[in-house]
Parts: sequence; C-alpha cells; structure tokens
Amino acid sequence: MLPKIFFGYFAIAMVVLSLLIITRRNPVHSVLWMLVLFFHIAGLYLLLNAEFLAAVQVILYAGAILVLFLFVIMMLNLKEEISGERFEGAWPLGVSVSAIIFVLMLLTTGDFVHGPVGKYTIEVIKSETHAKALGKLLYTEYLFPFEIASLILLIAIVGAIVLAKRRS
Amino acid sequence: MVPLSWYIGLSTVIFMIGVVGFLIRRNIIVMLMSIELMLNSVNISLVAFSHYLQDLRGQILVFFIITVAASETAIGLAILVALYKNKEAVHTNEITEMKG
Amino acid sequence: MNVFGMTVPAGFELATSIAIIIVKIAVIVAVTMLHVLYATYFERKVIGHMQVRLGPMRVGYHGILQPFADGIKLFFKEDVVPAEADKTVFKIAPIIPVFATLSAVAVIPFFDGFVIANINVGLLYLFAMSSLAAYGVIMAGWASNSKYSFLGGLRSSAQVISYEVPMGLSLVGVMLLSGSLNLTEIVKAQQQYWFGMYLIPQFLGYFVFMVSAFAETNRTPFDLPEAESELVAGYFVEYSGMRFAFYYAAEYIGMIVMSCVAVICFWGGWTLPPVLVDAVPALAAVPGIVWFLAKVYFHVFLYYWVRATVPRYRYDQLMSLGWKVLLPLALANIVVTSVVKFFAGS
Repeated sequence: MLPKIFFGYFAIAMVVLSLLIITRRNPVHSVLWMLVLFFHIAGLYLLLNAEFLAAVQVILYAGAILVLFLFVIMMLNLKEEISGERFEGAWPLGVSVSAIIFVLMLLTTGDFVHGPVGKYTIEVIKSETHAKALGKLLYTEYLFPFEIASLILLIAIVGAIVLAKRRS
Repeated sequence: MVPLSWYIGLSTVIFMIGVVGFLIRRNIIVMLMSIELMLNSVNISLVAFSHYLQDLRGQILVFFIITVAASETAIGLAILVALYKNKEAVHTNEITEMKG
Repeated sequence: MNVFGMTVPAGFELATSIAIIIVKIAVIVAVTMLHVLYATYFERKVIGHMQVRLGPMRVGYHGILQPFADGIKLFFKEDVVPAEADKTVFKIAPIIPVFATLSAVAVIPFFDGFVIANINVGLLYLFAMSSLAAYGVIMAGWASNSKYSFLGGLRSSAQVISYEVPMGLSLVGVMLLSGSLNLTEIVKAQQQYWFGMYLIPQFLGYFVFMVSAFAETNRTPFDLPEAESELVAGYFVEYSGMRFAFYYAAEYIGMIVMSCVAVICFWGGWTLPPVLVDAVPALAAVPGIVWFLAKVYFHVFLYYWVRATVPRYRYDQLMSLGWKVLLPLALANIVVTSVVKFFAGS
C-alpha cells in the first residue's frame, strides 16, 4: 500500500510539473519547476532501489544541466521575450498530432511481454551496494560504450567553446 | 507492489508532454527543456524495467542517456548563444534565413 | 514492507521508528543552529583578537549573548521586497541554501552509530546537496532585478560551479582508498593505518578539498560574490531582515558541513589514531563526539584564521586557480592513488 501511495504522489506531481514547465511564459520559472521535477524523478528512482542513479540525477541534471540553462537565460534579454506570444501559431495541430501518438503508444504498452528475469535481485544489489554493482558492470561489460561516452563529452566541451566563443 | 505498467504509463504521459512542449513553444530554450523532459521520461521507464526484470542493463543505459543529454544541452545552448549574438533571436519564427 | 530500499516495519513499530527519527532530526537541527549562532560569535572574537581588538563585549559576559541579540534584531527587521522584483522567486531564493545545507547534515555521522540516515551513497548525497547551493545564489541575483545583485549572482554561481568539480574529484581518492561511499565506512576504513586518517596518503586531496571548500562557501580569500568594496554585498544586496539572516545562516551551516566532511574524509571522524589509543588506553573511554567536535572546530577556526590573514583574489585569478591548478592536482591525485592502490593493495 505504502509504495502505491508514494507512486501516486510522484506520478501526479510529475505530470503537473511537466505541464507547468511547458506552459510557463517566463523560461526562468520553467527551469525552476524543472528543478522540482528532477527531485521527484530522483525520488521515484529511490522507490525503484536505484539510489546511485537518484544521486546522479540530482548532481548532474539539477546541479549541472539546469544551471547551464539558467546561465544562458540570464545572458539573453528576457524583457521583450515575456511580452510576446507564448505558443506557435499552429499549436492546435501540434497538440492533436501528439494526442494521436499518445493514444498509439498507450495501445502498444498493453502488449508488453515480460522477458527472462536477470540475476540482480534487490538482495544481491543490497549486499553489494548499488554503486558497486553498477560500476562492475560499467567497467567490464560496457567498457567500450563507456569510452565512447567520454569521447562524446570531450566533443561537447570543445564544440561548446568553439560555438560560443566571440569571433574577433 | 506497484505494477510495472503504471511506470510505463507515467513515462508515456511525460514523454508526450515533452513532445507537445517541443511542438507548440516558440522559445528555443523551452524546446530544449522539452527534449530533456522526453529523455527523462525514457530514463524512468528504463529504471523501472531494470528493477522489475532484475537486470542492471537498463540502468547502465540511463547512465549513457544522462551523458548524452549533458552533451546535447551544452551544444544546444552554445548554438543558441551564437544565434542570439548574430541575430538577437531566441524564437523559432524569427529565424527565417532559409525561407525563399 | 519495502519502501525506498529499506525494510519498514508495520504498525506500532513503524510509529516508534518514525518518532525516533523525528526526535533525532529535531535534536540535530537545534544543535546545528546553536552552533551556527555561536560560530558567528566565535568568528568575531577570533578576528577581533587577531586584529588586536576585543570583538563584541557589551551583551552579557564578554558579549556571550551577542548572537541572540543579533538574531532578535534580524527577526524583527522589516522584510523589504523590491518593487520590480520577481516576488515569488525572490522570496523562495533564501530558503534553498538553508534547506540544502541543513539536509546535508542528515548523512553526517557525528559518532559511531549516531547518524539520521546511514545511506550507501552518503558522499554523493553531500555533492548533490552542495550543488543546490548555486540555485539560491542565481535565483537571488536574478529575482532582485538589480545590477549589483545580478553581477554578484553571476560571479558567485560561476565560482560555485567551477569549484564543485575539483571538490568532487578531490574526494575520489578517499573513495578509492576506502572502497565505499558510506561516510561511516569511510571513517572506519581509516583505522587500518597506525595514524588513523587519510590526511597523510591523501594530503593532495585534502589541500584541494580545503581550497575548494573555501570557495564553495564564498569565504575569504574567495569572497568575490559579496566583495563589499566592489559589489556592495553581491547577490543578497536587496535582502533584509529574516531573509538576509537565511543567507547568513546558510553560509555558516555550509562552513560547518564542509568542516565535518573534511574531518570525516581526511581526519578520521570521531576516531583517534590507533597508535595514540595504544599508548594512552584511557583515551578510548572519551566519547567520540568530543574528538569530532574538536576537529570540526579546528577547521572552523582555520576559516577565520585565513579570513584574517589572506587578501581577496581577483576574479580571473580565482578562475585560473580553480581550472588550471586545482583541477589538474585533483586528477593527478586520482591517478597516483589508483596506481598505488593497484600495485600495493592487491
């Protein structure tokens, strides 16, 4: 019962927060609602026994990515921005197309078939701690994707500097 | 125990809210945030799958998604800053260079 | 029942365990706030004596009641909100740093077994909470709608974000040596050495951590965001009364939390070096909280000592110190530690 109450709270709060994010006129308010949303997502991860990912969610998304958003918003001029039109002219079309996709996706979710169950039960993860279990897998089986991810980050660093630098 | 389908439903709803946000907003910053919403909804479903199938591969994938999301945001916002410097525009309908 | 990965008992036991946790939280918050009050008094006295003055003397014996007088004054002051400010954000902003720094206290083990939440990702939780501190700064700077606070906010958030990176990396060496992210286990792992602390094998990490901690809490020599002579008071220039006190409190709680982390990760927490306990067995009878507080207050004193001694950095010097000195040092520390552990540990 208790997990269901938690899930219900998180689910309702997350949907409301997502709607707030896409409808706020002022992008700063959107970012701040998103901060709250990320805390709820971290809470949901805790409910799913993914404590390491919950911490990473807050550190990376709330602590790094959203701060980046705030920085950029502050560098741009917001005054005229807030007074202008919020939505695209053709927004009813966008909403209806999304609604159709949504219905299609909901129809397919019922066909989900449970695959074979792996060896990482809650007890195994708990005895090994979540961070250690993830780390072992990441640095053995997924070493190559891990290296590629580091390369992507390097490219992002270089690319962001090249793009945002003032050309003299 | 919460059924797995609830998590998938939640993930779908948030994904679609992200899609709607991306389609209807004019502001590029909010559009980028909608992309983050979509990525996060996928993360939720991956963690849920990983928990219910007792397999950590879903969470490894979440790891990589977070990495790519961070890079994508950095590059996207850098493009936005460059755009603002050149054209003073952060709205999609102000960027009409390619229109004939 | 299984909630948040913890096995939760049902019925009466659940109620009692929740009650115990609430009492623990109340005690720790009250004691922390009291320490914060007296940290301000301690600072004024220490700096006063270092500058050959007396510091506060009027309220009570040697000014011992001064913090309460200050608190009452701030509490009853008018809470001014600027006319052009974004009112909601302006009002919420000061709560965030207090909330973030106080929540960080939840995972700190004060002595063996006394911790509100003994979680396995304690160190990461601390990083998560300290990364939130940037929001209070940015939101205050933006919502005040004033040039001074805006510039202060931009400076401070850039500083906090830049120094978070070397701070996080400086603790990786500790994680490598202890093989755990749980703060209690990190303390216990340090008992393997005869000197009982990571200060000696991780001196580089400790140095980087302390410098970054000074920058993270916006203390001198890195107090640029609130540089009085240039920016009036930086991001919180528009704040008054209680909300100003929140920022002030957050800074001191932050200092105490950083000192606690330094003590836990590098100074062996509540334990003493085994060689000392072997030499004088009577020391083992002293409760661990005494050593913990003594070590924490040494670090708090260090903050004041540095403030009274070192002049302020220039902004570009601050950034190049963070990115060009501390970050490479922290990375080198990780490489050396892992190589040594790989060859010596196994």
